Amino acid sequence: MTSLPAHASDRKLGLVIDLDICVGCHACAVNCKEWNTGGHMAPLTDYEAWGDSPAGVWFNRIHAFEAGEGANGRTVHFPKSCLHCAQPACVTVCPTGASFKRAEDGIVLVDEDLCIGCKLCSWACPYGAREFDEDVGVMKKCTLCIDRIYNDKLEEVDRVPACVATCPVGARHFGDLGDPNSEVSKLVAEREGYDLMPELGYKPTNKYLPPRTGRAQAGCTGAPAKPLSEASPDSTGNKLLRWLDRALSR
Amino acid sequence: MHPALSVVLFTSASGGGYFMLALLGLFGAGDALSPDPLSGWVAFIWSLGFVTFGLVSSTLHLGHPERAWRAFSQWRSSWLSREGVLTIFTFLPAAIYAVGWLFLGEIWRWAGALLSLSAVATVCATAMIYASLKPIRAWHNLWTLPGYLAMGLASGALWFTLWAELMPAPQKPAYDFAAIGLLLAAVIKLGYWHFLDSGAHAITAESATGLGQFGKVRMLTAPHTEENYLLKEMGFRIARKHAQKLRRIALFAGFVLPLAAVLAALLTPHIGDIILLAVAIVLNAIGTVTERWLFFAEAKHTVMLYYGAERT
Repeated sequence: MTSLPAHASDRKLGLVIDLDICVGCHACAVNCKEWNTGGHMAPLTDYEAWGDSPAGVWFNRIHAFEAGEGANGRTVHFPKSCLHCAQPACVTVCPTGASFKRAEDGIVLVDEDLCIGCKLCSWACPYGAREFDEDVGVMKKCTLCIDRIYNDKLEEVDRVPACVATCPVGARHFGDLGDPNSEVSKLVAEREGYDLMPELGYKPTNKYLPPRTGRAQAGCTGAPAKPLSEASPDSTGNKLLRWLDRALSR
Repeated sequence: MHPALSVVLFTSASGGGYFMLALLGLFGAGDALSPDPLSGWVAFIWSLGFVTFGLVSSTLHLGHPERAWRAFSQWRSSWLSREGVLTIFTFLPAAIYAVGWLFLGEIWRWAGALLSLSAVATVCATAMIYASLKPIRAWHNLWTLPGYLAMGLASGALWFTLWAELMPAPQKPAYDFAAIGLLLAAVIKLGYWHFLDSGAHAITAESATGLGQFGKVRMLTAPHTEENYLLKEMGFRIARKHAQKLRRIALFAGFVLPLAAVLAALLTPHIGDIILLAVAIVLNAIGTVTERWLFFAEAKHTVMLYYGAERT
């Protein structure tokens, strides 16, 4: 059923990400890939892994932004994965019932046996949380490590998502954001955690803690920025597109 | 958004096909058609052919086409599912209407009315798939639904008018529908482009990151060095100079010139009017596919705010 659960429990499992202390090391993304390529939504397919342009499915991507100018500006490392929204349009647009939100804990999952690979859910997600697996022909996404957090084969301390378990600076927190007395809810209240793109009304469960004010010096990974430029058919090898570009440029 | 050729062709072809079916049903319901079997065969092969071509073409982009039947199950929440259900449902009144006309020599007015309604409802469902997607401002607006309807009416009515000229069917009212459809499509598309360029309701990188309190937000480093699914599917960008030219091609080839040809055909004696209508249909097809391609190519998805776009 892609209708949202009528009687959802108050439990809303999710992540709280501290943008003040994330150092952009990508360890969470790597450990996510490592765990999940053998986990619930396995495999996390790679294409041309040793070729000229390797690409593949990841559930967690670490962006970096600059905000503001001069002494007031700052560098912010910005991890982004599925926000397990309370109003997930990725679920309701699904025509087959493959995409669903669990009533018991609010986790958004994909049933790979029902998915027809129409990709509409990825269009409906404003945050880019879903990535299509071209080899398997189905959509894949973060499971909040459902195969870790309820796994009684693991030590209790390890029953957290892989990204949380591996973060070397403690920038990622996991817990029940539906319980106002949970550690994560208290953290959000104390640090004024916020929603991404609240105006769209998806009501994300995951919260982001803003960088603290008064710290002007922040680190930088040194990797060059690759800004968007307009696609030029000249840069493609396609003769038809090159001809169209010339014809239209006249 | 990446303009997948299968989806561009599907929505263009099936929109015209459904509106041709809707007009066949409407004229039958209004008792304006004679049950001539030859004209019936031509009409149904023509309209259902385009509808079916569109349907098959739309399954080409699925990861698992063999599971497509599952898409009929979630009509309570999903416009894509509703479109699937309505697509299949419309074949029912079409088949009943066709049996009466082709084999029994009767135009069943109730079947025509039902066919007309369900054909238009199917195009509405197609449009709502796009109109309901909040992350894409170019689609999530009040222009999308009327745009799909008017462009479907323009193509379908042009085809219907040529059919009426070739077959024993009432021609004058067919011209009216074609002219009104073309005029509406032109006006709605001009309004849509004005809305798109106005930047109204744009979402910003500041909102996507929540970092606006520090000032202007810009990308420092990308999260990965190579392309990924998100950039391929949602990162399609078209050069602005090309967009402006393609808009003019869509407007003039799609609507303005066909409208002129239709009005000229009204005043032209036989054979001449058929040639003018055929020219109008070819031009309209070029314009419609161009517009539908642009509808995707110009649409910006909010995920690009995380990849260096300032606003969508």
